[in-house]
Amino acid sequence: MGRITLEKVTKSFGEVNVIPPLDLEINDGEFVVFVGPSGCGKSTLLRLIAGLEDVTSGAISIDGTDATGLAPAQRGLAMVFQSYALYPHMSVRKNIAFPMKMAKIPEDEQKRRIDAAAKALNLTDYLDRRPGQLSGGQRQRVAIGRAIVREPQAFLFDEPLSNLDAALRVGMRLEIMELHERLATTMIYVTHDQVEAMTMADKIVVLRAGHIEQVGSPLDLYHSPRNEFVAGFIGSPKMNLIKGEAAQSHNAATIGVRPEHIAVSTTEGLWQGTISVSEHLGSDTFLHVHEHGLGDEPLTVRVGGEIPVKHGDRIWMTPDQERMHRFDKNGLRM
Amino acid sequence: MATQHSRSAARMMLAPAVILLLGWMLVPLIMTLLFSFKRYLPLRGGDLGWTGFDNYVRFVTSSAFWPSVQATLVIVLGTLLITVVFGVLLGILLNQPMWGQGVVRILVIAPFFVMPTVTALVWKNMFMDPVNGLFAHLWKFFGAAPVEWISDASLFSIVLIVSWQWLPFATLILLTAIQSLDGEQLEASEMDGAPVLKRFYYIILPHLGRAITIVILIETIFLLSIFAEIFVTTGGAFGSRTLTYLIFQRVLESQNVGLGSAGGVYAIILANIVAIFLMRIVGKNLDA
Repeated sequence: MGRITLEKVTKSFGEVNVIPPLDLEINDGEFVVFVGPSGCGKSTLLRLIAGLEDVTSGAISIDGTDATGLAPAQRGLAMVFQSYALYPHMSVRKNIAFPMKMAKIPEDEQKRRIDAAAKALNLTDYLDRRPGQLSGGQRQRVAIGRAIVREPQAFLFDEPLSNLDAALRVGMRLEIMELHERLATTMIYVTHDQVEAMTMADKIVVLRAGHIEQVGSPLDLYHSPRNEFVAGFIGSPKMNLIKGEAAQSHNAATIGVRPEHIAVSTTEGLWQGTISVSEHLGSDTFLHVHEHGLGDEPLTVRVGGEIPVKHGDRIWMTPDQERMHRFDKNGLRM
Repeated sequence: MATQHSRSAARMMLAPAVILLLGWMLVPLIMTLLFSFKRYLPLRGGDLGWTGFDNYVRFVTSSAFWPSVQATLVIVLGTLLITVVFGVLLGILLNQPMWGQGVVRILVIAPFFVMPTVTALVWKNMFMDPVNGLFAHLWKFFGAAPVEWISDASLFSIVLIVSWQWLPFATLILLTAIQSLDGEQLEASEMDGAPVLKRFYYIILPHLGRAITIVILIETIFLLSIFAEIFVTTGGAFGSRTLTYLIFQRVLESQNVGLGSAGGVYAIILANIVAIFLMRIVGKNLDA
């Protein structure tokens, strides 16, 4: 069981208030992703839950019991660090066994759990190696193995994939998701990569400067972002945010149109612009359009498949009115 | 061609230094070897010809030899123990964020810059003097009879002085090693349920292993040859005569160059045995 509740939690480092009063509810078995730009306090929040930092005020409860003052080890949580934080002088086996050794679990039970974890994570052949002799992905799996054997109430991941190369990242992402399906344990995952957030989460928590901007399922956030920040942060490529006359004609301070919700034509449409860069990915083509008379920012447009346009071409664009997002002058959704 | 050219130029430019260093090392070494096979008494007839291994036999069979080996070992091992243990503790202490960290660190390193002779004199006269020394005053304050450090606890006094001198070195190396420890490792072990002492034993100490071996290696090499501290304090009396000091006495006080040189050769062999052992340990540690 891993129900985690944060009540009016704050954190200050000296004068600097990193987390203003914050409430959050994480249900048992949920995969929750904290996402936000660098320095938004998402890692601090995770460390507060882990107990590596003390809250300045407020309360954290795990499974209904107050854990605010508990030491990290007593909270029943396991953490996977960005640098993996493996113990370099211990073999993989000893690394994985370490938390169980500290908890004084009997030897044969330790061995059973190590073998099970190693089998699940494809580490059986590497148990006697040192972390220094493993690849990045293998080290990552050892770190996860060390977390699994504790049979924790919740897993905490602190940007675990950011040190891996792109191909490995996709693979590990799938492995972590499979792990979640299999264990059905609460997982809290911190990342600044919104693709990871969208693909993995049951629930995304978007943070900015310690504030929770929005909490919801990935598609909630995609379809109805609560404000301009969330709108701009979730989705790839970024949503086009247009101010000025075009927005006023829709009675809004800003309108947002996702690149995939703009139809492109070489002959007619609502807006006209000049292509500066076209990125051909095969499956999609991303066009960056300038001189569209809608502000200084270039518009990004996604076209499915290929389209025979190049730098300097004039094109017409028509936004999908149904899927247009309108924001008031405070940036809130209308 | 360019690389070959610059390579030979580099050799030419290195040559003076290499020749100088080799000369500096080889000439005394060869002379020591030569003298050790001779009966050579500068004030009593000078060079009296070859004697084979007589000097070697006499040096080892002299009643002063084994006690001097023992004194050397006590001083080296005692100092190593104190500097490594307190070096680790001080290193951890100095790694904590605190007010005036920079100044404190410089103060801790200061003793290393004091000349050995001065260090020994300061300790002998300011701290260990049985009449005017600080320790004597401290003892008297608590109503105890002052300890005559230099004569009653000569080896311990020397270990204390030398440790004071070498502690900064150990602290400095170990502090930098502690600073290089990844903070996430400590946090991970904290999450894994290791309390403070276990974190020290399972994470910090193994991380320091390499630095500790290096401290031991370098200190051993220098501690085997300490001289000034003994010369200034006990003058080799009260069982504080080390191998180095014994050689000094044979050459300069007994004016027996041959005998002293034989002792010197033993010292070279001993130092090399130690060096080989330590190099192996270090090598093993550096591989991991």
